[in-house]
Amino acid sequence: MEFFIISMLNGVSYGLLLFMLSSGLTLIFSMMGVLNFAHASFYMVGAYVGYTVSGVVGFWPALVLAPLIVGALGALFERFFLRKVHKFGHVPELLITFGLSYVIFELVQLIWGRIALNFRPPDLLQGPAFTLINHSVHGLSLLWGAAPAELCSAAEAGVRLVCSPFPATRGFMMLVALVMLGSVWLLLTRTRVGLVIQAALTHPEMVESLGHNVPLVFMMVFGAGAALAGLAGVIGGSTFLTEPSMAATVGSVIFVVVVVGGMGSLSGAFLASVLIGVIQTFAVAFDYSLGTLAGQLGLQLGTYALGNSFIKLTLSQVAPILPYLFLVLILIFRPKGLLGTRED
Amino acid sequence: MSTVYQFKPLNVGRWLIWGLFALLLALVPMLVSSSLAITILSQMGIAIIACLSYNMLLGQGGMLSFGHAVYTGLGSFMAIHALNSITDGSLPLPVSALPLVGGIAGMGFAALLGYVTTRKAGTTFAMITMGMGELVYAMSNMIPEFFGGEGGISGNRVAGKAFMGITYGPPIQVYYLIALYTFVTVAAMFAFTRTPLGRMLNAVRDNPERVEFVGYNTQRVRYTAFIIAGFFAGISGGLGALNFEIVTAEVVGAGRSGAYLLFTFLGGATFFFGPIIGAVLMVLAFVLLSEFTKAWLLYLGLIFLFMVMYAPGGIASLLMMNLRLAAFGKLRQLWVSYLALAVTALLALIGAAGMVEMVYHLQMAGADGNTVRFMGVVLDSTGLNSWFGCAFVILTGSGLFELCRRQFNREWGTIQEEIEKEIKRRAEL
Amino acid sequence: MKFALKVVAATAAALCVSAAFAQKGEVVKIVRIDPLTGLLGPVGVSQLKGYQFFAEKYSGLPVPGNPGQPGNPAGVKFEITGIDNKLSPTESLNALKAAIDQGVRYVIQGNGSSVALALVDAINKHNERNPGKEVIYLNDSAVDPDLTNSKCSFWHFRFDADTSMKMEAMGGFMAEQKDIKKVYILGQNYSHGVQVAKYIKEVLARKRPDIQIVGEDLHPLAQVRDFAPYIAKIKATGADTVVSGNWGSDLSLLVKAANENGYTGKFFTYYTGVTGTPTALGTNGAGRVYQIAYSHYNMGGQLDKWMAEFKKKYNDDFYTGSTIRIYEMLGAGIAKAKSTDPVKVAMAMEGLKVATFNGEVEMRKADHQLQQPLYMTVWQKADKKYPYSPENTGMTLAPVKEYPNYVSSTPTSCQMKRP
Repeated sequence: MEFFIISMLNGVSYGLLLFMLSSGLTLIFSMMGVLNFAHASFYMVGAYVGYTVSGVVGFWPALVLAPLIVGALGALFERFFLRKVHKFGHVPELLITFGLSYVIFELVQLIWGRIALNFRPPDLLQGPAFTLINHSVHGLSLLWGAAPAELCSAAEAGVRLVCSPFPATRGFMMLVALVMLGSVWLLLTRTRVGLVIQAALTHPEMVESLGHNVPLVFMMVFGAGAALAGLAGVIGGSTFLTEPSMAATVGSVIFVVVVVGGMGSLSGAFLASVLIGVIQTFAVAFDYSLGTLAGQLGLQLGTYALGNSFIKLTLSQVAPILPYLFLVLILIFRPKGLLGTRED
Repeated sequence: MSTVYQFKPLNVGRWLIWGLFALLLALVPMLVSSSLAITILSQMGIAIIACLSYNMLLGQGGMLSFGHAVYTGLGSFMAIHALNSITDGSLPLPVSALPLVGGIAGMGFAALLGYVTTRKAGTTFAMITMGMGELVYAMSNMIPEFFGGEGGISGNRVAGKAFMGITYGPPIQVYYLIALYTFVTVAAMFAFTRTPLGRMLNAVRDNPERVEFVGYNTQRVRYTAFIIAGFFAGISGGLGALNFEIVTAEVVGAGRSGAYLLFTFLGGATFFFGPIIGAVLMVLAFVLLSEFTKAWLLYLGLIFLFMVMYAPGGIASLLMMNLRLAAFGKLRQLWVSYLALAVTALLALIGAAGMVEMVYHLQMAGADGNTVRFMGVVLDSTGLNSWFGCAFVILTGSGLFELCRRQFNREWGTIQEEIEKEIKRRAEL
Repeated sequence: MKFALKVVAATAAALCVSAAFAQKGEVVKIVRIDPLTGLLGPVGVSQLKGYQFFAEKYSGLPVPGNPGQPGNPAGVKFEITGIDNKLSPTESLNALKAAIDQGVRYVIQGNGSSVALALVDAINKHNERNPGKEVIYLNDSAVDPDLTNSKCSFWHFRFDADTSMKMEAMGGFMAEQKDIKKVYILGQNYSHGVQVAKYIKEVLARKRPDIQIVGEDLHPLAQVRDFAPYIAKIKATGADTVVSGNWGSDLSLLVKAANENGYTGKFFTYYTGVTGTPTALGTNGAGRVYQIAYSHYNMGGQLDKWMAEFKKKYNDDFYTGSTIRIYEMLGAGIAKAKSTDPVKVAMAMEGLKVATFNGEVEMRKADHQLQQPLYMTVWQKADKKYPYSPENTGMTLAPVKEYPNYVSSTPTSCQMKRP
């Protein structure tokens, strides 16, 4: 039972991290039509900058400063590089962000080195947020904080006692992601700036002729998207690992999230990221393969089929590539995405 | 638009260019002697076919694919399995025909995967190809029978009966086979651009809605072009299998797809011969540049970035612009400006490169102390002198470059006006 | 061709030239083909420094009374340069061609069994097609057992203990631990992970059939960021021990996730000590993470002095002991063959026994696998007895058991074809 709860929480927290990352990407795409290939690179820069800044002023100020720095970098990039390429169309815009990802990768390694950095979360977040204790006789109970060792070892024989702590860093990750979703949505729909941004999406010339500085709006949006990625980076880097390959591992998954959710739809990105996070986490738990499925259906497979590695592939082995499978399936059956509104 | 020379009745220009190309392919190995150079040339031939097939999608079809390595790679794998079958006698095929096996495999996979991939163009297409690429790469570690796991599949190209003494043992024989295939496939792909299908592909790229109204099914056109591109990609993969005698999972990886994209774009996606330039640069960069400097990926990224901003047509477009000048006899006027630009840019770049090298050296913590040899000068990574020196060189270089650039722009503008006047004048004749 | 010469010139000029010019003797050029950039770049760079460091120590004749300058009996000078293969088998083949063009006859490689398999294949073909220009391949870390079994080659010599040997020792250790009852195997889904799983199951079945293998998982290489689901799964099975051949981020994230999610079992690993993992591990897993290897940080004697010297010079840790073994074996082989011709040296190295920093090692004739002692070590706080701390973490790998040659030795199925 606690396995299910913990796995669910793990899946949701991982999904929310993906959402933090892909929200910035969705924002930039829906505003500017640019699919930012360097988004995962901003995530990486956020983690590294967060590491450096937290070494100087501590983690909590770094949580605010690092995204701002990354956002500024993003805005600068938009102003000096991306703007020049607008006139060539969408493909060159995509390509320039593609080139940027290479450059950022090299620069990060140049400045911070090539091995993993020890980015530790602050003391407040270390240790578990709460612990689920599953006692086979007394049932499930919850304890805030860490459970002391005596509570975790079974006194009587024949009693199964399992302590499952849920790390505080992950709980914090979920909290920040939800706060972020809420504030971005409020910003877009309830403030004046948000309305201008939404208008500039569909009618940029009109908005410009009404007196708003549309290029400035675009620059700020790109910067905001980068800042969101930077925030995700600070949290992701301290929870997981801060190393040069962190961009490559999440890079492709966030595109999957954006496409599966529907390009340009923030709520779609939310739904898709949580879905992918949960499914990927639960898939690890299952050791079913096509072979076991056939066995359950009563089909007799010959020795070649039983030995074939494709048939023997278990769901847990394929778990990390499930997102790509979803991507292909969604694009075949519903190219708009789950909640998308634009047809590209 | 470029001016096209037409000779009648015999297209002398075309014969000349193709003849020179064939001659170049045949004679260049005589200029070099080391086996590394021969293998580089072989790889260039393979890369040329791959990049041209990629450009069929990108430049001619407007389809930005992030997973082209899937088709070259799967072609390679089928070819190496076929080679092993030839070796143990179960497949009576001459080794020279092996790349065709790769081609047919590439075509087959493109037909299989391409139907859903080509439903839409633009960003959706790019995303599907990326997803497919990741999928195939991830599967490569999971199905060791076909992909050979981590060690890949290896074969021996000295198999079957020797044909007129050609065993493909020595690398030079492999080179000539590759050169032959390169010539034939380049000619075939060029011919494709002249066919109605090739033209419709260009139309689909430019204005798909109009094409539909004219009566063509855009998806059908894209799908057919995708299959043909897959065929040539598979040939490239098959030649690769023959050259290296081993195929590992990296041939379907995202890194290789990215390299195709980068270098095809760098060479020039809007001209037919652009990817040829790109392919040559690709092999040189991967094999040689990385020996020169550790910062090669950084330089590559930066070059790509600036290319996209200032010359989105690639190197080919730069060449063609100057060719146009030469056609009107105006190139002579610019050569001083070009020289000045080149010298000042070089100066600034050397300063920057020196800095980059020193930083890399500090990072990698030289086993060789703090000094790095750079262009014959010894730079001390910890000494302020070197840093100031480099900074000074960069500043002077960029300052002078800016001056020259403004002068160049003025001259370029004047010349363009003169050319426009000349074109008008000729039209009136 | 010119570019390749530039590489040799640049790196030779950069190599700190030692004062050992007084010795006569030929120059033996060696090239190390390994990643110097990318994911395993730091490891490759660190190991190359080790090779260059020890090339000085082992060049020239032995200096009497100075154990820090052991030299070699033939008095040859070792010159080693590195070529970056970016962990790609195809690039390695290009690198091999470049090395051959430079006239190099000895090639070293270690990181990545896929590269090793490609190199063995290419070298076999090259040696067959070019008699008189043979090349020898010295393998310092690629542990795929196939290299000394089904794919064994006369031209290949392995200096690391292969997976079957390591699993034999690890299984033996685990068999003695009475509190180990349920074992979970977690690995990367490629040949290395698969082999580790296969051999540990076989060894445990033989030594302690009562140990239950409660689960086996193979995950894609270097792709998983979040090991929490795997830890949850391991906990659900009630396993008290995890065996894993993981390296790099896959290992450090695994132990980190184990700590965070309250898994208190033991980890038996291969690669805790590799560049980058000690920092990522930190104080996690103290007393619970074990490593099986052919050397460790606190072997004592001359090796400790060298490690301290290396740390002072490069601010980096030396842990690839096979570097030293290669120089010793090569030196002894050249002396025995009285020549630097690779064919003769290879013949001489077969069956050769050499005294080294932890006893005598033997290059087994049947399959060219070095027979050497293995050590089981545990990750713990550095103290006076075991002071060496990698990457300044304050922790160390302390030895708990030693397995002499005859214990860790495993049989081979190699049918070697000799020229």
